[in-house]
Amino acid sequence: MELTGAEILIECLKKEGVNTLFGIPGGAVIAIFDALYDEKQIRFILTRHEQAAAHAADGYARASGRVGVCIATSGPGATNLVTGIATAHMDSVPIVAFTGQVGTAMIGSDAFQEADIIGITRPITKHSYLVKDTSELARTVKEAFYIASTGRPGPVLIDLPTDVTKAKVEFVYPQKVNIRGYRPKYEGHPQQIKRVAQAIREAKRPVICAGGGVISSGATKELRELAEKTNIPVTTTLMGLGAFRSDHPLSLGMPGMHGTRYANNAIMESDLLIAIGARFDDRVTGKLDAFAPSAQIVHIDIDPTAISKNVAVDIPVVGDAKQVLKELNRIVDPKGQSEWNEKIKQWKKQDTLSYEASSTVIKPQYVIEQIYEVTKGKAIVTTEVGQNQMWAAQFYKYSRPRTFISSGGLGTMGYGFPAAIGAQIARPEDTVFDIAGDGSFQMNIQELATVVQYQLPVKVAIMNNRYLGMVRQWQELFFNKRYSATSLEVAPDFVKVAEAYGVKGIRVTHPKDVRDSIQEALATEGPVVLDFHIAPEEKVFPMVPAGKAINEMIERMA
Amino acid sequence: MKHTISVMVENHFGVLARVSSLFSGRGFNIDSLTVGETEDPTISRMTIVVEGDDRILEQVTKQLNKLIDVIKVIDMTGENFVERELLLIKVAATPAMRSEIMQIVNIFRAKIVDISFNSLTVEATGGKAKIDAIIGMLRPFGIKEIARTGRVAMLREFRGKV
Ligand SMILES: Cc1ncc(C[n+]2csc(CCOP(=O)(O)OP(=O)(O)O)c2C)c(N)n1
Ligand SMILES: [Mg+2]
Repeated sequence: MELTGAEILIECLKKEGVNTLFGIPGGAVIAIFDALYDEKQIRFILTRHEQAAAHAADGYARASGRVGVCIATSGPGATNLVTGIATAHMDSVPIVAFTGQVGTAMIGSDAFQEADIIGITRPITKHSYLVKDTSELARTVKEAFYIASTGRPGPVLIDLPTDVTKAKVEFVYPQKVNIRGYRPKYEGHPQQIKRVAQAIREAKRPVICAGGGVISSGATKELRELAEKTNIPVTTTLMGLGAFRSDHPLSLGMPGMHGTRYANNAIMESDLLIAIGARFDDRVTGKLDAFAPSAQIVHIDIDPTAISKNVAVDIPVVGDAKQVLKELNRIVDPKGQSEWNEKIKQWKKQDTLSYEASSTVIKPQYVIEQIYEVTKGKAIVTTEVGQNQMWAAQFYKYSRPRTFISSGGLGTMGYGFPAAIGAQIARPEDTVFDIAGDGSFQMNIQELATVVQYQLPVKVAIMNNRYLGMVRQWQELFFNKRYSATSLEVAPDFVKVAEAYGVKGIRVTHPKDVRDSIQEALATEGPVVLDFHIAPEEKVFPMVPAGKAINEMIERMA
Repeated sequence: MKHTISVMVENHFGVLARVSSLFSGRGFNIDSLTVGETEDPTISRMTIVVEGDDRILEQVTKQLNKLIDVIKVIDMTGENFVERELLLIKVAATPAMRSEIMQIVNIFRAKIVDISFNSLTVEATGGKAKIDAIIGMLRPFGIKEIARTGRVAMLREFRGKV
């Protein structure tokens, strides 16, 4: 049957099992929205900014493991997606973004609302397509979903000129994808896996560093099996939180700039560091030359370009974490508790993550501990960026994959709230908390309308310190307390803002009310904004100053 | 060190931009880049000559491989390969100087392809050393214009010991 490009697009989405689409309409995509109007199987979520549509698609993908989809019009709609696409790219999240484009005959003429979005997004997409002929549309969509979700996942953009969505052609959905330049390799080389097993056998002070790749490959079970079989302690990067239970005796928590002292010490003293689906970000390694000086380095990753990019790798294994670990678990020798385990146990006893409690001012760490307790550790937590993000990483104990959703690579303020929307739609039964900063929340605060419109019971907990806190912390510690442009003294009354949108707002100014307010938020059916007025100058500790080795941590003054 | 990299890519629009932005995004200057169709019209071959330390080049090669439109990457450096470049060079030449220039042209097995009262245009092909040498020899006459294609390269088929 002959269908228009717009109708073909909708049919393709259904074939890919897409049931939710985030976005905002506009002139160049009006035909697509017309086709959506009668569509029952696809729920359209109208966000209030395209950036939020991209983040929501990303949050949906991270919470569900499926591809998130967003759509925007040409020109400004498309450019508004850019931050969201870059965020997904840095954290390897599978999303497909559709953008409208001016008609093929007008491309390059500076037509109304024309932007070269393919050019703009080239470095921040895994791949992109400009569809020039309706007959190529179905194959393109099929390829896009395949590319986004396989190998190292990532965002794919499809640019759709208006004439392409209007023209009619016969609709045939391809059964298979065949891209000769794209053949991701899932199985690790058996010889390399044997070398890893051998290295484990010989190691005296091994450490595993698990990253986001463990979660995206669904390898948490295999990771636990490896750790327990060999008694190797496991540190999980920011992106890896939830890949390994943080209350597990072998857990070292997070490494790096705001990681635990014992995770960093363990890495620095290790003689074997096994990185799995982690990419040695500078926030993890600190000063590169000083990183893990005596360790042999194993790197298991699906992306060959990740290997030896920052840290020279001794034993690379290119493959999917789950498959490689399965194979490794089959051949690796079991190991008992060692002196190394004992040493780490002592370290963990000595310096647990802590903060100075207060009965007069609200400490953000306390708020997060309380959110953890009240939600019984079962919430999906999204975060904004800054101190709030680090406290959320440090003081909520993650035990399941896909429950900590945060912009790690790009560090995008304004990510957490729209990501929470996507996560809530993907997992309607779960409690979703956005742990926010007062600065970040204002970058996508307009999405309060979206949670009301679609009755999404997202809870936002603002760590309101009246500062761009993380930047202020750096200024305090490294720039002689010269607080240049970090005070948010002019701030809205967040409770009133929430109420203006029809969302329940609760202001909390005293520690004794923290727990009750969280309980009240959970007992509320709809969305809630909790405005916690926290100690304004509270800092995130421990901390590795930028450019220092990761064992040169500064602590809070006791 | 100089690397000669052969990249087989889909013969689409946009592919050249993807490949070249990989280099420019890392602050690499490309010495030369040529593109042309291969025996299979759906595939183009790019020959890229680039300077860089081996570790960075290994990274770039991997990044090239990662591009969806890239089918195959061969870093020819250290392999036995044939490379050629085409040079067009316009030299200032009064009628009196013509014969001297033509001698040089003959030695390099080059060709005169255009002539005027005060210039000769020479076509030469060869490896980098030869092209550099002929330019060097013609420089004293006064070079008006140079156009070089950049190098194309191919691995030699015979790999045995000679
Ligand atoms: C979009 C964007 N702009 C700027 C920054 C730089 N930045 C990093 S943290 C931060 C402060 C965030 O303030 P807030 O959301 O209040 O969080 P806090 O650190 O106070 O918890 C800023 C401005 C960023 N990460 N993202
Ligand atoms: Mg703040």
